[in-house]
Amino acid sequence: MSRKKVESSIEGIIPYSGEGSTITIEGGAVCTQLGCAYNGDEAVAYAAKQSNVDVVAAYPITPQTIIVERFSEYVANGEVSTKYLPVESEHSAMSACVGASIGGARVFTSSASQGLALMHEVLYLASGLRCPIVMAVVNRALSAPINIHGDHSDMMGSRDCGWIQLYTENAQEAYDLTIQSFKIAEDKNVQLPITVNLDGFFISHSTESMKSIADEDINKFLPPRTPIYKLDHDSPISIGGMALPEYYYEFKRQQEEAINSAKPVVKNVGNEFGEMTGRKYGFFEAYEMNDADVAIISLGSTSGSVRSVAKKLRANGEKVGAIKLWMYRPFPTEELFSIIKDLKVLVVMDRAISFGAPYGALCSDISSILQNRDSEVKVLNMIYGLGGRDIPTTTIQQVFEESLHTAKTGEVKQRIKFLDMRE
Amino acid sequence: MNQKEPLSKRMKLSWREMPFAGIMFEPGSSVEYKTGDWRIERKPQIDGEKCIRCFICWIFCPDVSIKRVPKPYKKHIESVEVDYYHCKGCGICAAECPVNAIEMIEESTDVP
Amino acid sequence: MVVLKNLSTEELYAPGHRLCAGCGPSISIRMALKAARGPIAVVNATGCVEVSTTIFPYTAWRIPWVHALFENQAAVASGLEAAYQSLEEKGKRKGKVDIIAVGGDGGTFDIGIQAISGMLERGHDIVYLCYDNEAYMNTGIQRSGATPRGAATTTSPAGKVIPGKRGKKKDFIGICAAHGISYAATASIGFFSDYIDKMKKAIEVDGPAVVHVIAPCPLGWRSNPTETVKLAKMAVLTGLFPIYEVNDGIYKMSMKLGRLLPIEEYFKLQGRFQHLMKPEWKNEVEEIKKDTEKHYKKILRLAGEKIT
Repeated sequence: MSRKKVESSIEGIIPYSGEGSTITIEGGAVCTQLGCAYNGDEAVAYAAKQSNVDVVAAYPITPQTIIVERFSEYVANGEVSTKYLPVESEHSAMSACVGASIGGARVFTSSASQGLALMHEVLYLASGLRCPIVMAVVNRALSAPINIHGDHSDMMGSRDCGWIQLYTENAQEAYDLTIQSFKIAEDKNVQLPITVNLDGFFISHSTESMKSIADEDINKFLPPRTPIYKLDHDSPISIGGMALPEYYYEFKRQQEEAINSAKPVVKNVGNEFGEMTGRKYGFFEAYEMNDADVAIISLGSTSGSVRSVAKKLRANGEKVGAIKLWMYRPFPTEELFSIIKDLKVLVVMDRAISFGAPYGALCSDISSILQNRDSEVKVLNMIYGLGGRDIPTTTIQQVFEESLHTAKTGEVKQRIKFLDMRE
Repeated sequence: MNQKEPLSKRMKLSWREMPFAGIMFEPGSSVEYKTGDWRIERKPQIDGEKCIRCFICWIFCPDVSIKRVPKPYKKHIESVEVDYYHCKGCGICAAECPVNAIEMIEESTDVP
Repeated sequence: MVVLKNLSTEELYAPGHRLCAGCGPSISIRMALKAARGPIAVVNATGCVEVSTTIFPYTAWRIPWVHALFENQAAVASGLEAAYQSLEEKGKRKGKVDIIAVGGDGGTFDIGIQAISGMLERGHDIVYLCYDNEAYMNTGIQRSGATPRGAATTTSPAGKVIPGKRGKKKDFIGICAAHGISYAATASIGFFSDYIDKMKKAIEVDGPAVVHVIAPCPLGWRSNPTETVKLAKMAVLTGLFPIYEVNDGIYKMSMKLGRLLPIEEYFKLQGRFQHLMKPEWKNEVEEIKKDTEKHYKKILRLAGEKIT
């Protein structure tokens, strides 16, 4: 598996026992002084637990199941004061989340793939009613054919639903960004739902060492939700009425403003989180981008592999860089442009096909910002890893090498390529 | 802002000033909306003499347009009145009145 | 027994809404709110009532009200109830609110039934109210699982070879009662005292309760708006829509009928059944009569009544 934490911030494998180690259990995970052993799903469930969520409504689906299982255990053992609704479908899961959110509660849920697709219409409702719901999406392929493994088709299929969308590289980031998500979504200028995406199996089911945060620190970082409106006996308002053509458009404009207002909030919350933990977040992570000629931009777990290959090529004197995009919506247009504008070649990795479109979804976004700014950066789109197909570092190295060739010669063989496809 | 202007006009605002998420913060604001002009031809008239104050017309009105008012009349302590601003003229009140105290009269007739 | 004089004159549902003249569902909502014992909140499915009562910026509701989607009112209500409970336990809010989830027959019998089943099974303290006008009236009279056999709608038209809707009306209350809930009932807006009483009982129940009320639609039934209440009564008296309660699984008739009113009397007042008045569909009417009697007897049997 390419995404194994080759260059994880935590060194080595956690000693489960041994001299000098104190073993404790946190949120069901085994911990030592070096960190705790969590898989991505467990890390997310633990983050939700520590975030003092009032209501969780969720429906199980592979590879998200561990999240709801862990959370159910917290509830069954009285470790949380959350109301947990084991609903009968994802459609009802998101609907119950909307109901709870307008009732003033802090709300969490998670889903994947077909589940997210079944929620689709409710996603628009959540953003339209400005419900700051946090949802972990454990990215998985969509049927048909049925496939339970990781790719980004599910979230990309709902990318225009008005939710803030964050992507994570590993369990640590899934944990960290879940906690930050509540603070971002509930900010008075934002008031929008948010997804934290983690790659199915690659992150959700891989156990790695991770640093958790003490409850009291989280309580300080994340105060209880203060809703700007709620439905209650002392607030007899009508929510979700009909807006005809003379009004509807203005409400959608408000929503667009709200999601763009999330940008400074994501940044500030990422900084504040960094001060607390030493792990700073923002829109994206730029690796060796200052003088790079060629760079690869990617979402999710692949970013680790890309960075490790870039590191190796740098050691050989190649001017390569890597960008890991944490925040996909709202799109960090200006900030991203400022670090890619001087590249010769930018390779965009898309783990989903936008059928019939010129490029994958991420590449379409990037191409459009470059095009509008008369940039001369050559953009290459790599579609890869659908249905959980592994993306080995050897493939990534080949992509870098071909791109370096393009940078040197200006020759573009293919603007869009399906990596590791049997032709 | 001129409070006398209808809500629909007062709401013709820039998107920045529109109520958050389309929420309607004024309970029962529909009273401002005149549905009385939906009536065609006929409107109900209540005969206060015949009326036994059973309030059947009141409970059956789909448009909340029969009002129970604390107006004593002879032995009765309450009366019923029609809200012509909203009454759509369906005639259910007249049809259900057990003592035929409600008549659907020509729309042009003046009601005292 | 409801005494009209004693009912509150406070209108939680305001005039100026845009439901049709003589609208049965409008009457059903107003009556239901007369059963309130305290603070009440409504979660409304998409449908006539939702669309016509909250056209921005005018709302007819004087209570907390939310509309989400067509099929998720039961789930949204579940979430709202959970939020109130959770926040109350944490000392962040106070006060009991009775939550009523409202849907038309389309949002209830068809597209919303899964979420309703989930809500009943999980045991939320919510009243589910279905106002049944026997088709998708909001979108222009398309058949639903609640449309009675023989009724013409735009998607079950009275054709040369097919006389209106095929299949029976779903036994929605039977489905609800099968979840083992404490209270389920059918009612008619024509019998307001019985209906308001049932709403009161449903609100009193600790846990889920369901009320299914027949509410004629002059537009879709092609009837005279003046006759909305009359038709609501006739639906019961013909045996087509028996009114009864199910208390912890025990059926009880709310009205004992000696002889059933001939269904022709009811049909002839409605355009949707006019085709059945033609001699070529005499047999169809006979079949509907048989179905009606069979269903009516089934309810009588469940209620332990004598069958004559």
